[in-house]
Amino acid sequence: MFEYAPAPESVRPQIKEHYGLFIDGEFVDAESDFKSVNPATEEVLFTVAEADEADVAKAVAAARRAYETVWGPMSGTERGKYLFRIARLLQERAREFAVAESLDNGKPIKETRDFDVPTAAQHFFYHAGWADKLAYAGHGPDPRPLGVVGQVIPWNFPLLMLAWKIAPALACGNTVVLKPAETTPLTALMFAELCQEADLPPGVVNILPGAGAAGAAVVDSAVDKVAFTGSTAVGRAIAKAVAGSEKKVTLELGGKAANIVFDDAPIDQAVEGIVNGIFFNQGHVCCAGSRLLVQESVADDVLERLKERVATLRVGDPLDKNTDIGAINSAAQLERITALTEAGRGEGADVWQPACDLPEQGFWFRPTVFTGVQQSMRIAQEEIFGPVLSVLTFRTPDEAIAKANNTPYGLSAGVWTEKGSKILWAAERLRAGVVWANTFNRFDAASPFGGLKESGYGREGGRQGLEAYLDV
Amino acid sequence: MSEHAERLRVKKTYKLYLGGKFPRSESGRSYPVSSPDGAELANAALASRKDARDAVAAARKAQRPWAGQTAYLRGQILYRAAEMLEGRAGQFAEELADATGADAHDALGTVEAAIDRLVHYAGWTDKYASVLGGANPVAGPYFNHTTPEALGVVAAVAPHDDPLLGLVDAFAPAIAAGNTVVVLASEAKPLPALSLGEVLATSDLPGGVVNLLSGKTAEVAPHLASHADVNGLDLTGVADTALAADLEAAAAQTLKVVRRPGRGADALDLLRQWTEYKTVWHPAGMAAGAGGAY
Repeated sequence: MFEYAPAPESVRPQIKEHYGLFIDGEFVDAESDFKSVNPATEEVLFTVAEADEADVAKAVAAARRAYETVWGPMSGTERGKYLFRIARLLQERAREFAVAESLDNGKPIKETRDFDVPTAAQHFFYHAGWADKLAYAGHGPDPRPLGVVGQVIPWNFPLLMLAWKIAPALACGNTVVLKPAETTPLTALMFAELCQEADLPPGVVNILPGAGAAGAAVVDSAVDKVAFTGSTAVGRAIAKAVAGSEKKVTLELGGKAANIVFDDAPIDQAVEGIVNGIFFNQGHVCCAGSRLLVQESVADDVLERLKERVATLRVGDPLDKNTDIGAINSAAQLERITALTEAGRGEGADVWQPACDLPEQGFWFRPTVFTGVQQSMRIAQEEIFGPVLSVLTFRTPDEAIAKANNTPYGLSAGVWTEKGSKILWAAERLRAGVVWANTFNRFDAASPFGGLKESGYGREGGRQGLEAYLDV
Repeated sequence: MSEHAERLRVKKTYKLYLGGKFPRSESGRSYPVSSPDGAELANAALASRKDARDAVAAARKAQRPWAGQTAYLRGQILYRAAEMLEGRAGQFAEELADATGADAHDALGTVEAAIDRLVHYAGWTDKYASVLGGANPVAGPYFNHTTPEALGVVAAVAPHDDPLLGLVDAFAPAIAAGNTVVVLASEAKPLPALSLGEVLATSDLPGGVVNLLSGKTAEVAPHLASHADVNGLDLTGVADTALAADLEAAAAQTLKVVRRPGRGADALDLLRQWTEYKTVWHPAGMAAGAGGAY
């Protein structure tokens, strides 16, 4: 393996020392503040106001006013033009957003630069075009917005999840109150500045940083709809909280995806797909291919090549352009990954990690592959949300499907085989909202994403995703 | 036999329709059903928690094979059910008139509407997927398409005041889309629903695809709402708002798709409600084969 010289990103975004809440087009202060930390260095990046119940009420009132007086009555064409403008501004400031995201989240600059930010811009561009075409979207001749939408998003793709939430909501004529994740508010706050720059009418977008309590306050506030991406446990609590109310809800929750490699798969491509499936974004991905199901006859070959490949992954400085695996997002998440990995060892699975140096400061975890995993083990059942792969084997296609579906989750799945009919056979039987065949972790604004069973309900992206923000 | 003796009428025992069979409640219980003017009509089986669980098990067992049938065949079976109901329209009109107090003409009109509703859904089976799904023009060399697939097992509380047509809306769109269902019939007016089980049983509908229970909503519905093997919950027939909220909260534990009361019975909306979109990606073109960003 070649040694690479460090290739650090040179651009540094203008990060303020302190950010307020973004309500009704203005940044305002709150009763209390909290700190956002760079997980790669544990240094404090900035302080930020923490929204409480009263702040949520103010933001919802501002969003209601904007909905009733400006955004609701506005023509779809004009709404669309604001969204196109936002998409363009995001593209213009892409590098700045990419670096900021990497700093606040810990993910590699390679990914924020090539995936998070461009895909977020695409979501705004795509949905901008829907704003004046909603009557053609197949949701009835005169689809109406829902009103004010409360949105709570996770820390794994901070800007992209914001785009997935805000772009369709605004395109459909709603106004939003969005709570970014506690550990990653930076790009949401920069997005608030971008809304000002775009002259978006005040109150259409409100950004309220905070922790779980702020999220619960958004859910309980006078919104017409709640959209949430995050853990199944919180999703369950939200579904209970809105029971019996008029509030609509869509939930994009956890996953424990199976990535199935049949004996007739293109093995080298499959290995790339396995690596991408579990180590993309440090494995902090709800649809990560965290369970590798490999057919027994090729298991040794696949595992040997997989380990060779994983040994070449570069773990370290997220701002280095050669880095493949960045920092774990927080101390709490590192603790959870460590605990589940220990449980895997304790239950008798064989653990393998490449020899690689980890930085002394920050939160880090080596890419990890468990073999000899049984279905009953916690590492085969629970979402680890880290760079940890559990490998199971199967003999027949039916067994592969049975094992793949043996989970309360149903978000995504992968299938690797050169045989087309086998792909369609497997895709039909896999209980998952998204199936990647001979590829993995592909996302697009035009493609609906979302799960079934305990991975939630509702779709984001595509024509089908609009339904979540229309009164149909 | 003396020609003067009055013939004793053979009365029907109204039982559950469960897994394609007509069992009594395993609890041995029944409850009297009367017409609106108080005349006793019959005893209906009073379903228990165990009956609800048996019904869910039967529905689960039937779901995969039912969804695996061709849409054309599902359509023909629903159409067959309409044919069977047409042939017994007079009987159902009478049962409906007894149950609701409607006059004979109106009752027959409702039966005819129910027949036509079945025909309507028979025609949807091989169309909703192309209406709801489609190809997605993603920004890359990938074939990408989305299709609606059956949610799985749907449990429904049918409307109390609309014991036949409301019942058809509670099961027909769900099974048209490949789901199997457990329907709790109108509590006070369950007899037309239980008779409809006989229509379904003679329509080539595989056992377990539709399961009909009669009993107390407040007793049985909570078990359906909390059952982990139920994927969708239709609360259309739950008039008690506090009970509806409790059932929705119970359903939240396993993140069921819930249809709240008052959403109406638009066909495409119902078909959409009981399906989930599945999106499949595949590389198109030789260069796109490799897996990822590394």
